Amino acid sequence: LHHQKSWQEIMKWNGWGYSDSRFLFNKKGQAEFTGKRYRLSGLILPSLKDWFEGTFGANLQHKSPATPTVNLSAVAPPNLNEPFIEDLKAAGVAASHDPEDRVFRAHGHCLHEIFALREGRIGRVPDMVVWPSCHSDVEKIVELACKHNVCLIPYGGGTSVSSALECPHEETRSIVSLDTSQMNRILWIDEKNLTAHVEAGIIGQDLERQLNEHGYCTGHEPDSMEFSSLGGWVATRASGMKKNIYGNIEDLVVHIKMVTPRGVIEKSCLGPRMSTGPDIHHFILGSEGTLGVVTEVTMKIRPIPEYQKYGSVVFPNFQQGVACLREVARQRCAPASIRLMDNEQFQFGHALKPQVSSIFTSFLDGLKKFYITKFKGFDPHHLCVATLLFEGDRGKVLQHEKQVYDIAAKFGGLAAGEDNGQRGYMLTFVIAYLRDLGMDYYVIGESFETSVPWDRVLDLCRNVKERIVRECKERGVQFPPLSTCRVTQTYDAGACVYFYFAFNYRGLSDPVHVYEQVEHAAREEILANGGSLSHHHGVGKLRKEWMKESVSGVGLGMLKSVKEYVDPQNIFGNRNLL
Amino acid sequence: MASRALYSPRHPVLKKRDDFEDVLEERRRSSDLRYALRCYTPTLYKGLVPCKVSMLKSIVLQSDHLQCVIKQVSSESGDSTECVAEEASLILDEMAHRMQLSTVRFFVFTLSKAFKRLFRSVCVNEEGIQRLQQAVQEHPVVLLPSHRSYMDFLMMSYLLYMFDLPLPVIAAGMDFMSMKFIGEMLRMSGAFFIRRSFGGDKLYWAVFSEYVKTMLRKGYAPIEFFLEGTRSRTCKSLTPKTGLLNIVMEPFFKGELFDVSLVPVSISYERVLEESLYARELLGVPKPKESTSGLLKARRVLSEDYGSMHVYFGHPVSVRSLAEGKIKRSQYNLLPRYIPQKPSVDTHEFLNDAAFRLVRIQEENMVLKPWVLIATLLLQNPDGMDLSSLTEQTDWLRHLALAFGAFLDWPDHEACSEVISCSLALHRRLLSVSAGHVQLSVTDAPQVETTPEEAVFQRAVVVLSCASYRNQILHVFLRPALLAVAMQSANSSRKDDIYNCFNFLRNMFSNEFILCPGDSVQDFEEACYLLMKRGVLQVLEHEIVMSASGQSTLAFLCSVLEPFLQGYQVVCRYLCEETNENLTEKEFIPAVRSFALKLILAGRLKCCEALSSDLQKNALAALLRLKAVRKVKVGDQVTLKVNKIAVNSLEDTMGKSDVISK
Repeated sequence: LHHQKSWQEIMKWNGWGYSDSRFLFNKKGQAEFTGKRYRLSGLILPSLKDWFEGTFGANLQHKSPATPTVNLSAVAPPNLNEPFIEDLKAAGVAASHDPEDRVFRAHGHCLHEIFALREGRIGRVPDMVVWPSCHSDVEKIVELACKHNVCLIPYGGGTSVSSALECPHEETRSIVSLDTSQMNRILWIDEKNLTAHVEAGIIGQDLERQLNEHGYCTGHEPDSMEFSSLGGWVATRASGMKKNIYGNIEDLVVHIKMVTPRGVIEKSCLGPRMSTGPDIHHFILGSEGTLGVVTEVTMKIRPIPEYQKYGSVVFPNFQQGVACLREVARQRCAPASIRLMDNEQFQFGHALKPQVSSIFTSFLDGLKKFYITKFKGFDPHHLCVATLLFEGDRGKVLQHEKQVYDIAAKFGGLAAGEDNGQRGYMLTFVIAYLRDLGMDYYVIGESFETSVPWDRVLDLCRNVKERIVRECKERGVQFPPLSTCRVTQTYDAGACVYFYFAFNYRGLSDPVHVYEQVEHAAREEILANGGSLSHHHGVGKLRKEWMKESVSGVGLGMLKSVKEYVDPQNIFGNRNLL
Repeated sequence: MASRALYSPRHPVLKKRDDFEDVLEERRRSSDLRYALRCYTPTLYKGLVPCKVSMLKSIVLQSDHLQCVIKQVSSESGDSTECVAEEASLILDEMAHRMQLSTVRFFVFTLSKAFKRLFRSVCVNEEGIQRLQQAVQEHPVVLLPSHRSYMDFLMMSYLLYMFDLPLPVIAAGMDFMSMKFIGEMLRMSGAFFIRRSFGGDKLYWAVFSEYVKTMLRKGYAPIEFFLEGTRSRTCKSLTPKTGLLNIVMEPFFKGELFDVSLVPVSISYERVLEESLYARELLGVPKPKESTSGLLKARRVLSEDYGSMHVYFGHPVSVRSLAEGKIKRSQYNLLPRYIPQKPSVDTHEFLNDAAFRLVRIQEENMVLKPWVLIATLLLQNPDGMDLSSLTEQTDWLRHLALAFGAFLDWPDHEACSEVISCSLALHRRLLSVSAGHVQLSVTDAPQVETTPEEAVFQRAVVVLSCASYRNQILHVFLRPALLAVAMQSANSSRKDDIYNCFNFLRNMFSNEFILCPGDSVQDFEEACYLLMKRGVLQVLEHEIVMSASGQSTLAFLCSVLEPFLQGYQVVCRYLCEETNENLTEKEFIPAVRSFALKLILAGRLKCCEALSSDLQKNALAALLRLKAVRKVKVGDQVTLKVNKIAVNSLEDTMGKSDVISK
């Protein structure tokens, strides 16, 4: 439990990530990123201020600081189920009803959740937290929960962005947050079959680091991998940046063990594929904590790649970029990762360039810019960038690289160096920190995603971005919002598109409500343009209203009947999905 | 800035309209040549994909949609795909415009000259132009002018050039193309030509729709077409067609465009150039085929005074707002978008509804001149009126019309009698004024001897010409008039009974007038509201009672509809009395016409409007819709099967007054 406590202490309680890592504007008005954990840590970002003020109409004089500490008196006293606690104690499972522990596990990272915390508002929180240390602990907890009719909400890394961790208002029973963080061991590694058996509470970065020590990796790298857990990936159908080589979570799991109120569900062997009726894994994948707790997973592993290389390509416009990605997908030669940022995001990326260390790099940068905009005639307000990551043995990577750059050239793409590529991926990890900076200066925002067939990518991107701008205007947002997107994954039949949307909320009386209305409208627009309800964030409670439309009445009925059989008492009562 | 409120306010009186500015004024002061050659720099659409005319053709031919249809047609017909593709290419050649700025400049020069001779003024609402300038930048624009004259689209392009707006491409009927030289000239100024009917021709439809959509998607130019499909010969708006509307809306439905702005434009003429031509056409003198030499003969037209002309650019209507909550765009998710899909029932209903509302907007923004009021009164008094009582009644009618929200262009500081004498002078061809008595009459009758039939027709030409002016204001009086007639025929003051009658009449006349489907209750309430506000009626909870002072207004309103009621009764009577088993659709109009003529000659029918083929067609369409008549296809012929009992009963319900003396 010590490990657990310390974890909670190094993390922010009302924002993203580590407490020591945050963006701030220093006394000179320059942006810097604190801490030592990231490549950007300790660096000055000279152009961020101008970009920030210019894009949002924000002003460093106008601050909207967060409440510094949790107001524990605002936390309602726990509604404890004493018989359950006694039985739990007898079973030897660690538990707590300390308000800080409870508040920490009462939210994910949706805007409204963080915004409320920053204002010191605390809603319904779990009544207690339990820390099982292994599969059989979970079995005991679930059995006792059924016996005493308490509500269990599984908690992994807490990175949900679908309101999945929110305690349902209508729940009257005692709510117990089941924190899987102590179940974090790799139980065995099978080098013959290249699999590892892992407890589901392990956090992405720990799993990767420990496997690396043995010379292996899973290759599963969702943007949240520093904080999200294996069990959470399974429960939400997560997707990793390098899925082109390693696959998404559903391709990576070989075996899943889940404890449900009916008992344990698992397959009887580790065969790589089976024809035994509908795959029971698919009842578990994406079940979002409504059916049980994933305790152990057997996962594919791969030897660590010999060679890794970043890259980037500049395109004259977004259309050309999408056409190139489509061609890459058609030829099935996508690198480990290929992402295409639109122009707004390209400019955003530029704003995050750290202070250049030597005159020489600055001079080079100037040259590059000159070459692209003047010599090649790219319009700086239209050009966009694809970032690439290649992995494998050196020879193949170089060959692969050439193939991709040749395709890009056909679409007017110019190679733009490894640095730009690497910076693009670093952005992924720090962008969540940036939201907290924005929130210090009246700027709120969030990201959301979808998947869409190739032929509709451009139309969907344009329409959703425009819808956001229009909705903001209609709802009285005083400044044009940041409305930007990137294509983050390619598939044979379509792509995953990721939107960032943020605006300056000065002058609005209920900014979160406005934000939610705009996001709602944007989702409607996505669905109207042939996009899916979610590619990997999941449904949670945030997108529940569209489930029936998305999977048909019969489909929803099927899911409901599974829930009814597995959990008739609604012990796993987070009310996600259905 | 497309407006969300397509639904015009239910209180028409409060409607605010823009001011006009005469665009010819400037033309009368400076050189037309220099004007035609001036630097033209139109405001452009922000998402414009620059594209040459020649490129357009290959984009259309290479499009997935057309390629898909070519394959379909090829496999159905057994012709090779190359062969079908070649056919598609020929269709496109026949159809496509070849817009050229030099031709446009030539037109601008000649039209400046012509317009100055024809019209005293051409008035345009400048705010409308400003709104259009905004709209053109934001989203692709579709211009939807009313259609009363050949002048319409020439004037539209002329005005857009004048205000530095992008020149439109215009969907024109194929008949123009046969005018050799002019056809090509029009093509080079942006017209593209479509066949009048190509119902079953898949390939033609595919080429046509892809051509229009491509131009829209690329933001190539505003698309202009006439919702009414053709020129209205009666100056009444025609029931809108939805085919082209569907084509221009589909890129929005399918997510290819964020939005499309529809801009209704109302073009009104103080004197329509084709006035008597239309009347003759309606009476069965066939329409002269459009030919260049015919147009030259129209030179005579140039020497006459056609008064003023008004063009009102309405508020842009956003297709997105229009479709909100009505069209589920996700219905297109499961089929690749290039595969043509027939519009679903919902979509069809939406298109129809939208089309009607757009035509209503056109109607409401149509400027009405004093003569329209005078013509209405003269038609109701076939024996003529004394100038003094005409003046008095015109003034009365003017106030009634204004109270009902008419967009009347009445000179501000002129005496009523002055206004009237000006109007009479402008329209002197239709009337005679002697000793203070004004009467509609045949003024140019050169023949020494005329048969009684010819005399009737000559008179009918005058009446129908005059009716085309009255028709311009019908939309203002229509709803109250339907209520007035309903009250008369209901023989009851119960609201329900009156509503039933109202609804019946509305249904009967829904091919004749623009009555939005499904708006029956709203229309009824609007009529009640207007008449109540005017002090004509008292509307109680279950009853509608006429006020003592309301008699004259109700009588006037009833007479507004009288010609239509009579005309429909003549058609019904014909179908009941005269038809044999084998009446073909083709024979219908001449047969009804000669039946009506017989009635007139026998002195049993006074109303010449029953001779109008437009009215006869509309009546037949209504009877077909109400299933009192059926079309049966026998061989090549379509014959009409009449359910005499049903027709009889409709006739009875329509006119208890029984105007046609037996």
